[in-house]
Amino acid sequence: MLAANPQLSAHGELRHLLTIEGLPRETILQILDTATSFVSVTERDVKKVPLLRGKSVFNLFFEPSTRTRTTFEIAAKRLSADVINLNVGASSQSKGETLLDTVANLSAMHADMFVVRHAQSGAAHLIARHVAPNIHVINAGDGRHAHPTQALLDMFTIRHYKSEFSGLRVAIIGDVLHSRVARSQIHALTTLGVPEVRVIGPRTLLPSEVSRLGVHVFHDMRQGLKDVDVVMMLRLQTERMSGALLPSAQEFFKNYGLNADKLAVARPDAIVMHPGPMNRGVEIDSTVADGGQSVILPQVTFGIAVRMAVMSIVAGNP
Amino acid sequence: MNIHIKGGRVVDPATGLDRTTDLFVADGRIAALGRPPAGFGAARTIEATGLTVCPGLVDLSVRLREPGFEYKATLDSEMAAAAAGGVTSLACPPDTDPPLDEPGLVEMLKHRAKSLNRTRVYPVGALTQGLKGERITEMAQLAEAGCVAFSQTDAPLVDTRVLHRALQYATTFGYPVWLRPQDPHLSHGGVAHDGQVATRLGLPPVPAVAETLALSAILLLVRETGARVHLCRLSAADSVDMVRQAKAMGLPITCDVSVNHVHLSEMDIGFFDANCHLVPPLRSLRDRDALRHGLADGTIDAICSDHTPVDDDAKQLPFGESAAGATGVELLLPLALKWAEEVRLPLVKALARVTSDATRVLGVEGGRIEPGGRADLCIFDPEASYRVEPAMLRSQGRNTPFLGYELKGRALYTLVDGQIVFEAGATSEVVSGEQ
Repeated sequence: MLAANPQLSAHGELRHLLTIEGLPRETILQILDTATSFVSVTERDVKKVPLLRGKSVFNLFFEPSTRTRTTFEIAAKRLSADVINLNVGASSQSKGETLLDTVANLSAMHADMFVVRHAQSGAAHLIARHVAPNIHVINAGDGRHAHPTQALLDMFTIRHYKSEFSGLRVAIIGDVLHSRVARSQIHALTTLGVPEVRVIGPRTLLPSEVSRLGVHVFHDMRQGLKDVDVVMMLRLQTERMSGALLPSAQEFFKNYGLNADKLAVARPDAIVMHPGPMNRGVEIDSTVADGGQSVILPQVTFGIAVRMAVMSIVAGNP
Repeated sequence: MNIHIKGGRVVDPATGLDRTTDLFVADGRIAALGRPPAGFGAARTIEATGLTVCPGLVDLSVRLREPGFEYKATLDSEMAAAAAGGVTSLACPPDTDPPLDEPGLVEMLKHRAKSLNRTRVYPVGALTQGLKGERITEMAQLAEAGCVAFSQTDAPLVDTRVLHRALQYATTFGYPVWLRPQDPHLSHGGVAHDGQVATRLGLPPVPAVAETLALSAILLLVRETGARVHLCRLSAADSVDMVRQAKAMGLPITCDVSVNHVHLSEMDIGFFDANCHLVPPLRSLRDRDALRHGLADGTIDAICSDHTPVDDDAKQLPFGESAAGATGVELLLPLALKWAEEVRLPLVKALARVTSDATRVLGVEGGRIEPGGRADLCIFDPEASYRVEPAMLRSQGRNTPFLGYELKGRALYTLVDGQIVFEAGATSEVVSGEQ
């Protein structure tokens, strides 16, 4: 028997960001609004605000990542925090140190915030349960479970281009089964009141009972993309492109890869998103990735402002 | 020692007895019910008014962790836990280190257990050498050393031909084989039921069909070989239906379920509670309800604790990396009572699943209260209620999904061969959490 929502304080304040699931709509909107104010900071000549001055942010990556780690680092630095990057996969874990021992040691170095990526679902929750009350944990991706800041930057991007969530049709396409991004996106979209969230993929790449997350399931991409406002592509890991899940990357691309032809059944003003890094020619065609409907690069830019907002809010700045 | 158990509600599922009466124990045996035998002088009188007296509990799966895993638990700690739980007989699976695949190991375990003079220990021998699923063990010699059955426990048996031959060989000598049905390929890498919770939490799944597929193979092999098979730890609703049909066809099978699966479901995992990381995984509410009903209607013969002490460090890991299993031998009685109350089953019927029926599965003497029979008894207070706290557990494993639960029913005396092997409050052990 564990406590209800481990990321919220008794007063409902966001202490950690571990998952989108269970976050109140107001909290998500607060993060998006705060991020809006930070966008202007990132466009200034002097790109710093002093909100986290004197605080130490530890980027604790048990799994390799370039983009997410870099954007967290930039976000923390723009908030004037000291940033320590640890590529733990290469050091402690290989010496047999447990996850909690690593965290305890770093806590003894007076960390204020951990940004954690780990290959196991639930790793961020475990850390959050064991850190001192003054330490904050931000989940930068745990196994197949959650990648909340990615979903939040996606919501920010959608709001930027589409304003209202309540009239949207959104499709998420590809390897939902292994995707922490998809899970967080689904929770964010349903919490924000998007009336129709669709997932599209072959049965081997959709988790069982996925419709209980509040989504409509499609196996035919053209049917699933019909009249959607937002197309969210997922990354397909190389090791899953051939074997028992899929016969080949080519066949996947033929059925579920986004090209101009398939995109044409979506609404004409539909936007195309991808969490990166992209496999061109596997889940997305270059003409679409680089085309006029793609907002893939703005997603990256907004990611910094959104991560600034999350860090600032969990650290107690309203 | 002659013992007079006075004024208790004596419940014996084997005979259907349920009445308030006196019980007299002499020379390790039940001497009489109701009136003392001629010349009986009690050396000890247990005042049992308001208490329930039943056969000692029989737990079909208790991991004692010896040999090999003494850092997780010791024979001493776990047998003390069993006695405190009212358990007078237990079967221990062979997944020790090394596994129970040699007569010497079994004799050693029997000898060590006997010297502790508590609960009876019935070792289940390894079905294959090293539990590797390749070569069958010396079953006849292991049986001579004291094994009551042979099992692969949770170790995969990939080669169906080995399983077929193992069943044929065991059947040659009439030995029962205990199998937990699980297809090793369909369950590979999985840690949670393939359902809404695993989907939500992104946990690698174990589908119910991993169990039913293996179960159907076992049932067909039972039909083919005539082997006596006991199916361990069913977890899926469809399995209950399949067993019900197979029993109706007259196949010589029995089966059990763990207390965890009778009370919990995938929902209890909550936010990655590693105490709910169990093998087989906790399944859906529909599965849980089917298990509860299957247990009530006798399709499932017995309920066991599937006691698996795990050291704290092994649970303080991300869910998928944490060690599977829960401690539970001390909670078997209150959790069986809780189930009985919830499905509104009379006590005398419910207790059968942890006494007479479990004894029948084990194929040993006991599990009943009758003059001349072994005085293996549990005397419990059905109204004692308490909160499950780590400090109250005698087991070295404190890992239970029931921490914080309010439970009712506590063993106050446990007798094995007419000896009091546990008496609440009589030991120096710390018992906290009592109200």
